[in-house]
Amino acid sequence: MNETIYQRMKDLPSTHLLGSGTAACAGCGGLQALHQIYEVYGDKTVFINAAGCMTLLSIYPFTPFSGSWLYTAMGSAPAGAQGVRDALDILLAKKRITTDEDLATIVLTGDGSAYGMGVSATSGAIDRNLDFLYICYDNEGYGNTGQQFSSATPHAAKTSTSKGSAGYPGFKKDLFGLWAANKPAYVATVIGTEPLDLARKIEKAKQIKGPRLIIALAPCPTGWNYEPKDSSEIGHLAVKTGVWPLKEYIDGKVIHTKVPKKRLPVEEYLSKQGRFDHLFRPERNEELLKGIQQKVDDYWQAVEND
Amino acid sequence: MKRQLMTGNAAAAWGARLADIDYVPAFPITPQTEIIETLANWFDQGEIQGKMTVLESEHSMITAAGAAAATGVRVFTATSSQGLLHAMEMIYTVVGWRAPFVLLNVSRGLSSPITLEPDHTDVLAARDSGFLQLHCATCQEVLDSVLIAYRLAEHPQIRLPVIVNEDGFYLSFTREPVEIPDSSLAKQFVGEFNSGNIKFRASMPESQAVAVLGGSQYSYFRYECHLAMQQALQVYEQLADEFQQQFGRYHGILENFQTEDAEYLFVMMGCFATKAKQAVIQLREAGCKIGLVRPRLLRPFPKEKFIAALRGKKAVAVIDQNLSMGSGGVLHTEISSALYGVTDAPAVIASFIGGLGGRDISQQELFQIAKILRLAAETGITPEPRLLYTELELREFRKLQAIAGVERHELKEQQS
Repeated sequence: MNETIYQRMKDLPSTHLLGSGTAACAGCGGLQALHQIYEVYGDKTVFINAAGCMTLLSIYPFTPFSGSWLYTAMGSAPAGAQGVRDALDILLAKKRITTDEDLATIVLTGDGSAYGMGVSATSGAIDRNLDFLYICYDNEGYGNTGQQFSSATPHAAKTSTSKGSAGYPGFKKDLFGLWAANKPAYVATVIGTEPLDLARKIEKAKQIKGPRLIIALAPCPTGWNYEPKDSSEIGHLAVKTGVWPLKEYIDGKVIHTKVPKKRLPVEEYLSKQGRFDHLFRPERNEELLKGIQQKVDDYWQAVEND
Repeated sequence: MKRQLMTGNAAAAWGARLADIDYVPAFPITPQTEIIETLANWFDQGEIQGKMTVLESEHSMITAAGAAAATGVRVFTATSSQGLLHAMEMIYTVVGWRAPFVLLNVSRGLSSPITLEPDHTDVLAARDSGFLQLHCATCQEVLDSVLIAYRLAEHPQIRLPVIVNEDGFYLSFTREPVEIPDSSLAKQFVGEFNSGNIKFRASMPESQAVAVLGGSQYSYFRYECHLAMQQALQVYEQLADEFQQQFGRYHGILENFQTEDAEYLFVMMGCFATKAKQAVIQLREAGCKIGLVRPRLLRPFPKEKFIAALRGKKAVAVIDQNLSMGSGGVLHTEISSALYGVTDAPAVIASFIGGLGGRDISQQELFQIAKILRLAAETGITPEPRLLYTELELREFRKLQAIAGVERHELKEQQS
């Protein structure tokens, strides 16, 4: 990481490249991450979007993007990136455009597409070694339709389709591992509340060719049921409790970029969010709380043993 | 000009090659696969400059096709049946991008039961999508239609994707004599692709296919596509003339065979219409004044052409090689609707369904249909829609079931 131009917070760009006044909810952790990503990556880009919250950024005839944008469908944004990339490569090869007209192809989807409906198209793009960056803003549910559970929803979370006393019975899918298993160019997790870590990863991703994934945990006031002002605190707690490990996969290795020295109990993260309220009230669900803590401890134990 | 024997699939690939395509997003499916195999080979040999990408599904394939066209290259792709349906979300979606490209559909019956042989229910599922549709009856027409399709798709007043349809097996795998146009003449006819302001360039940021809020803006864009497609009725006629001047073959909006003095008509799409042509020749020899109307252009729907061809006839049989469950033949419905309220409209527009999943429509059946038309014209009573199926077929089917039943019974007895 020595070669990074982002040594300190004041090195971060503050060009506000992504416009404001969008339809995103107040306190959206996804938009926070996207602002930062856009500033580092720049607008010589075409964002290929799948159905989700961010689809509502570009509403005719307005857009916050100073670069280009193409909305596709929920299941096939990576295939859209393939078409754009192939077409630009053909135009370059046939000398119908000059290299300064070239654009980076960036897929932007939520977890519903990245962890679920879009996996087939993503898998194909990895097989073909497509040169693209995939940004997943992960708010752990189908947020745009009112937070039903997705395969990114954490265990026990209450969603509008898992309202029972135990919440969501499944476990959050390991999308990072799913990608890394196929040896792509780059995979990283980020969060908007760790802007330096985020900027360094985007800087790195920008310099690499091939399939690259950035998963941004996106604290979501409306979906996770908390006040918008608490987004930053919840983001910080996600990292400090070890619930959201900041890491990257590059050259065949997984590196943790920010290891919490002394992890806070997961309860501190969970108790701030209405979606986990049933674990504390009317009485504490010790079994579920223990199970969640154990999972996090096991993860970090495995990291230390590695 | 020399003609050579080739399959409909080879003719389709030749059409794409002569249209000077840049990009082929592909996915294999029977009976289409020969097209992409042929193109892959030509890319490998450097006969076509550009790129072919094999996607992991037809849904992705059509997404990539639309996205590449929206970036400004000339795109060709092909599919069949289940593939077309798997892609259907994107078939509807890419239309609104106004990114022109050509999709060759090789018609095949839809599951279930799963089958390989043709009917038009697959391509008609895309009827309302906003793709233009050209339907072919010969291998030559497949090649020629691909060239015409690019002119239609890329016409500045149209700018919509086009489906060129050929029937699986009967055209896709059947060799017919085909004249391959001179490549420089074909190139001249198709011209260079000008993507206009629909493209992605660093110096010209563009937001494409963005969301709208509310029905008014939505309606604006949907109407725009509809009105753009209707331009194709006129544009097609000019193109057909230009094509004839250049290559000597005329492919009109409708093929009208022996219709001028006809009292009765068959109406059919696709290559089974050539069976009806044969029946027309024989029926005329027997003194029955019958003709055949075959639409090449199905979308936009050539209402006025149908009115002109059908008015004044005594009775018409629309033979649909498709089935809209719970309603009947799609073409029959559309033609009846077009003729409603027209002075001199035929008193009888009868519906027949046949040729599903490649089932033959025999000459005897066509003679029978002609007989029914004559009777209907005399009585003025339109017959009930007919699902073509013979007693012999039913007997064979029952026999097959009986054999399987006996086999199973015997197997059980052996096991016990």
